[in-house]
Amino acid sequence: MAFNGHQRDDDTVDEDETPTKQPRSNKEMPGYFRSEPGSEAAAPAGRATPDRRSSNATARHRSDSVKKTRPPFPWFGMDIGGTLVKLVYFEPKDITAEEEQEEVENLKSIRRYLTSNTAYGKTGIRDVHLQLQDLTLCGRTGNLHFIRFPTHDLPAFLQMGRNKHFSSLHTTLCATGGGAYKFESDFRTMADLQLHKLDELDCLIRGVLYIDSVVSSGPSECYYFENPTEPDRCVQKPYTLENPYPLLLVNIGSGVSILAVYSENNYKRVTGTSLGGGTFLGLCCLLTGCSTFEEALEMASLGESTRVDKLVRDIYGGDYERFGLPGWAVASSFGNMMSKEKRESVSKEDLARATLVTITNNIGSITRMCALNENIERVVFVGNFLRVNTLSMKLLAYAMDYWSKGQLKALFLRHEGYFGAVGALLELLHPS
Amino acid sequence: MAECSGIDSNPSSHTMDKSITLPPDEIFRNLENAKRFAIDIGGSLTKLAYYSTVQHKVAKVRSFDHTAKEAASDKLYEISVQEEVTARLHFIKFENAYIETCLDFIKDHLVNTETKVIKATGGGAHKFKELIERKLGLKVDKEDEMTCLIKGCNFVLKNIPHEAFVYAKHADSEFRFQTTNPDIFPYLLVNIGSGVSIVKVEAEDKFERIGGSSIGGGTFWGLGALLTKTKRFDELLQLASKGQHTNVDMLVKDIYGGSYGCLGLTGDLIASSFGKSATADKGDFSKEDMAKSLLHMISNDIGQLACLYAKLHNLSRVYFGGFFIRGHPVTMHTITYSINFFTKGEVQALFLRHEGYLGAIGAFLKGAEEDNPNQYSWGENYAGSSGLMSVSPDMNPMQRARSGTFDMLEMDRLERQLVNLPLLQDPSSYIPDTVDLTEDALAREYWLYCFEEALDGVVKRAVASQPDMLEAALRAEKFRQKYRHKLQTLRHQPFAYGSLTVRSLLDTREHCLNEFNFPDPYSKIKQRENDVALKYYQKAVKSLEELSWEERQFALVRGVLAGNVFDWGAKAVSDKCLIPLCAQTDCVVFLSERPWLVDSYNQWLERMKGPPHKCALFFVDNSGVDIILGVMPFVRELLSRGTEVVLASNSGPALNDVTNGELQILTERIAAMDPVIQAGLRDDRLMLVQSGSSSPCLDLSRLDKVLAMVVRERQTDLVIIEGMGRAIHTNYYAMLSCESLKMAVIKNSWLADRLGGKLFSVVFKYEVPAGKPSQDCETSTPS
Repeated sequence: MAFNGHQRDDDTVDEDETPTKQPRSNKEMPGYFRSEPGSEAAAPAGRATPDRRSSNATARHRSDSVKKTRPPFPWFGMDIGGTLVKLVYFEPKDITAEEEQEEVENLKSIRRYLTSNTAYGKTGIRDVHLQLQDLTLCGRTGNLHFIRFPTHDLPAFLQMGRNKHFSSLHTTLCATGGGAYKFESDFRTMADLQLHKLDELDCLIRGVLYIDSVVSSGPSECYYFENPTEPDRCVQKPYTLENPYPLLLVNIGSGVSILAVYSENNYKRVTGTSLGGGTFLGLCCLLTGCSTFEEALEMASLGESTRVDKLVRDIYGGDYERFGLPGWAVASSFGNMMSKEKRESVSKEDLARATLVTITNNIGSITRMCALNENIERVVFVGNFLRVNTLSMKLLAYAMDYWSKGQLKALFLRHEGYFGAVGALLELLHPS
Repeated sequence: MAECSGIDSNPSSHTMDKSITLPPDEIFRNLENAKRFAIDIGGSLTKLAYYSTVQHKVAKVRSFDHTAKEAASDKLYEISVQEEVTARLHFIKFENAYIETCLDFIKDHLVNTETKVIKATGGGAHKFKELIERKLGLKVDKEDEMTCLIKGCNFVLKNIPHEAFVYAKHADSEFRFQTTNPDIFPYLLVNIGSGVSIVKVEAEDKFERIGGSSIGGGTFWGLGALLTKTKRFDELLQLASKGQHTNVDMLVKDIYGGSYGCLGLTGDLIASSFGKSATADKGDFSKEDMAKSLLHMISNDIGQLACLYAKLHNLSRVYFGGFFIRGHPVTMHTITYSINFFTKGEVQALFLRHEGYLGAIGAFLKGAEEDNPNQYSWGENYAGSSGLMSVSPDMNPMQRARSGTFDMLEMDRLERQLVNLPLLQDPSSYIPDTVDLTEDALAREYWLYCFEEALDGVVKRAVASQPDMLEAALRAEKFRQKYRHKLQTLRHQPFAYGSLTVRSLLDTREHCLNEFNFPDPYSKIKQRENDVALKYYQKAVKSLEELSWEERQFALVRGVLAGNVFDWGAKAVSDKCLIPLCAQTDCVVFLSERPWLVDSYNQWLERMKGPPHKCALFFVDNSGVDIILGVMPFVRELLSRGTEVVLASNSGPALNDVTNGELQILTERIAAMDPVIQAGLRDDRLMLVQSGSSSPCLDLSRLDKVLAMVVRERQTDLVIIEGMGRAIHTNYYAMLSCESLKMAVIKNSWLADRLGGKLFSVVFKYEVPAGKPSQDCETSTPS
C-alpha cells in the first residue's frame, strides 16, 4: 500500500546482490526508490540524500550504491514502550558460503540464539505466528522475526547484549518509543551501544504501511469483523487496504495515540488518552490481584460486566427513548459498585471484564469523535492492547458500527504491536 | 448519561436523625401560602421547590388634592404603608436523611393549599414516591430529568446575574463570575451524574443529547470504593485531594525520561492512567494516591470528550454540572484543568452557582407552565438565600456548622420584566460594578467594615421610620442580626452571591430591610426634604435665568453636583449636615474647585453650544435638594434647548433615592410653578419612567422593559447618570453607544483616596463614543 503508483519500474529492483532470487514483487521497499519531489523535500538532509539522488543514474551505479549503503548485519528494529519492548530481527537466509566464512562468531551466535528459541529468559517471547518468511529487504532475502519482552526486563536484555559482545559488531541500533530516550545512556554504559533514536509516530506509520504492503501470502494483514452488531454472525474477514488515505490510526499501547494519516509523510497526532492498555492492566492488577496481561484477559473472558456496570435499563427499566439510548447501553461504568451489597457480590472475573469493557468503549468513543471531527471513515486499530484480545476488537468493531450507524469501519492488523519496531528497522535500512 | 445519580442504597451510612428540629424561621418559609411543589431527589440530596406568596409592607405615596385644600396640609404628599403580595420561589436543599422529617414538617405547616400534585424528578423520585404520597397526600408526577435540568439551567442563566463562574484554584479569588450575556444560547451542558450526558441547548425548548460517556461520577465512586474501601463520595474526594497521582500513573517522563519534545507533550503528562500499578507491587499504593489518579483519569476523560463535542458542534460555552461537580473544588479544578489542556485555553469550563437546584427548578417550572413563569423576570433574594458554599471544610470554618443541614435559594418575581439598556456598546462585556470586591481584598475589607459600622445608624433610622409600631424595635433588631450575619458570611465567602460589590452589599441590605418589613426607612426624611426643597425651586430657577448662557451652564452643572452632596447613604454627609435644610448655595462650599478629579466640563460646554440632543435619558439619584434644585433646573435647560428628557427613577425605595412614585408628585408640583416643565409634560417631551430597580446602584443590563422601549422609540442620544452609587460604584467604566455624562461627588474619603482625590472630589465625565461625532470617520481611507 505504500506505493500507490509512484513506484519505479521493476528492472531497477533487479540489480541485486542475490540474483538467484526472483525479485519478490514490487512491494518491497516502500519509499526507498521513490524520487517524488514531495518526499524528497520532506526528507531531512542526511547522508542518505546523495545516494537517493544517484539512484536516478545508471542501473549499475545504483546497484553499487545499494551495496554501499546497506548496513552490516545484524539488522534490528526496536521499539521501547512504557510496558513492552518490541524487537524485530531480520534473519538473512541467503548467506553465501563466502559470507559465512567472513561472518564473525558473535553474529552467528546472536542469529542462532534468536532463531532457535521462541522464548528468551523468563519473559522474552518470539511471536512465531507473526514471522514473515522469505522477505526481501534491501536486496537480501530472509525471515523477519517478532520478539517482545517487558520494559522492566530491559536491564537483563542489555546484560545479554554485553555478554554476547554485541557492540563489537559496530552496528547501529535503531530504536524508537519513549524508552529509546529514557534508556539511551543505559545502552551506552551497560552494553556500549549507541542508539539511533527515532520518532515513534513516524516509525509507527512507516511500519504499518510497510507490513501491509509486503504481506501477500498467508492470512491477510488487515482484517475487519463482519456483522459486528450480531455476535453470532460476527466473523473476521480479510480487508485490502488499497487506498488507505485518509485513515485514522489508533495505537493502543500503555496509553493511546490517535493519528490522522493523509499520506505516508503527512499525518498529525489528533489526540491521545491516558486510558489505555496500561490502565486496563493496572486496574485489573489492583482489583483482582492478577499480574499479567494474559491473566487479566483470561479473567475478563470469564466475567460478566453487567454486574459491575449500571446499564440504562437499570435506571429506566428499559430504553431511554427520549434520547435514543438502548437499555443495554452502559450508563455508568462501575456504577453498580456504588452499592456495598453489589460490591460484595461481584467476582474478580466480573471486575476484569468491566475494566476491559470500560477502557475499550472509552477508546471507541474518543476515536469516533475524532473520526467525526477529522471527517475520516476508516479507522485502523493497532497496539499490543489488542494482542490476543478479540474481546476488545469485537467491542471496538461493534462500537464503531453501532454508534456511527454503519458509517465507520474498524480495521485491525495482525502485527498489532510491532509496527514501531518495523519502522525503526526500515529506518536502519533506508534512512528517510 | 442522564443524572441517574447513583442512589447509595446504604442510607444507614448517614446518620438518620429524625429528632432534628427544624428552625422554621429560616427554612420552609412562607409554607402557609405555598402552592405548587416540585422535588428533585438525587443520590444524597433532596431539593424541594415551592411557589409561595409573601405579604410584605410597601411604602406608597399619594398626592393630596392640592387644588381643593391647598392650605389644609403643609405636607407635600401622603405616605402610606400598604400590604403587598409578591410571588416568591423557594428552593431548599437537604440531605436525603432528613426527607421524612421535612415531609412531616411540610404537612404540619401546609394550610389552605389547593395543590394536588407534586412534580418529581431525579433518580430517587421513584424510591421515595410512596413516602411522599403518603405523607403529603399529593400525587407524585414524574418529569423527565434532562428536560428539568435544561429548563432549570435556562432559568438561572437568564435570571441570576453572576450565575456562571470560572474556577481558578490558585487565583486570589477562586471564583471568577461571568457577566450575564443576554443571549444565553447556544451552550453545551455536560452533566456528570453517575454517567455523563452531553447536551446541546439551542433555545428554550430546543435541546438534544448529543453524546455522553459511561465514565462519570459513578465510575469515580464505584471504582474508588473498590480500590480504597472508602464508601462515601465525599470521603473519596477528600482522599483524592491528599494524594499524589504520579505514584500510580505512568507519566510521559516515565516512558521518555523527559518530555516528548516534538509533540509538545511535557514530561508531567499522564501517558497511562494506573500504568504504574501494573508493574510494581500492589502494596505500594496508598488510598490517597489511587483516589487522586482515578479523579484525574475521570476528569481528563470527561474534559476530553466535552472538548471533542464542543469542537464538533462549534460551541464555546460549556457548563458543567451534576453531583460529580456540585461545588466540589477538587473536581472543578480537575475539570477546568482538563478543558484548558485539551482546548489549549480556547474553551473555559463554566460552573453554576445554583447547579444543585437545576432539576428542582426545572421540575417546578414544568408544573407552573400555566402561570408562564418565563414571562417574568426573577431576582435572587439575598436575604433568603444561603449563597454558594465552598465544600472544603478546611477552607472556611463557617462551613462546618452549615454542612449537613440546609441550603436555600429564594427568588422574587419582579414586578417588571428586565432587559438591557439598548444603548450599551457591548452588552456581553458590560460589567456594572467598578470594583470587584471578590478580587480586591483591601477594598473588600474596607467596605465590609464600612457597612458594619453603618449598621447601627440604619437600625435607628428603620425604627424611627415606624414610630407608631411598637414592635419595630424588635424587628429592627432581627434585621441587624440578619444583615450582620450576611456580612460575616461574605467576609469568609465573598463569592457567596456572585462577585461581591458595593452594589451587592447595598442590595443585600435592602433585601434584609424588606424582609423585616422596613420597606422605606427614609420615607419621612425624603418627604421633608422634598417639601423644603420645593420651596426654593422658583427662587433657584429665577437666579439661574439671570445668568448669562455660559454662566448658567456652569451653574446648572454645579447645581446638580451640589445637590448630589445630600445623600443620607454617605457617612461623611450625614455626619456633617444632619439637617440639610440649607439652600443650594450654602452647600456649594463642599464642592472642590475646578479642575475636578475627572473634568471634561470644557468638552461638555462646547457640546452644549452645538445642536441640541434629540433625547436625554437621565438616571436620577436622591430626593430633595438633589432632584428638585439640581436635576430639575438642568432638565428645564435641556427642554428649553429642544431636547426631550426621560427621567428614570427607581421603581422601589432604596435609601433616600427618589422613587418613581415620589417623582411623579414632585414633577406635578414643579409643573404647577414652572411653565417649561408643564409644557414638557403636556407635550410629552418630558417623561417619567421607572428603572425597574430598587437599588442605590444601577445595573444597565437589568432595566425595565418599558424604559428600554422608550429609549429606543425616542432615539435617545444622551445618557446622564448621576450620583456615587450609579456613576462611580457602578457604570464608571460603562461604555455606551451614544454620548454620556456621568456626574458625581465622592462622598467617601476612602473611595476618593482610591481614585486619587479628596473627599468631595467631583467626577464630571463626559464621553463620546469613538467615531460618533465626526462624519469623517465613516469615510474610509485606503490603507
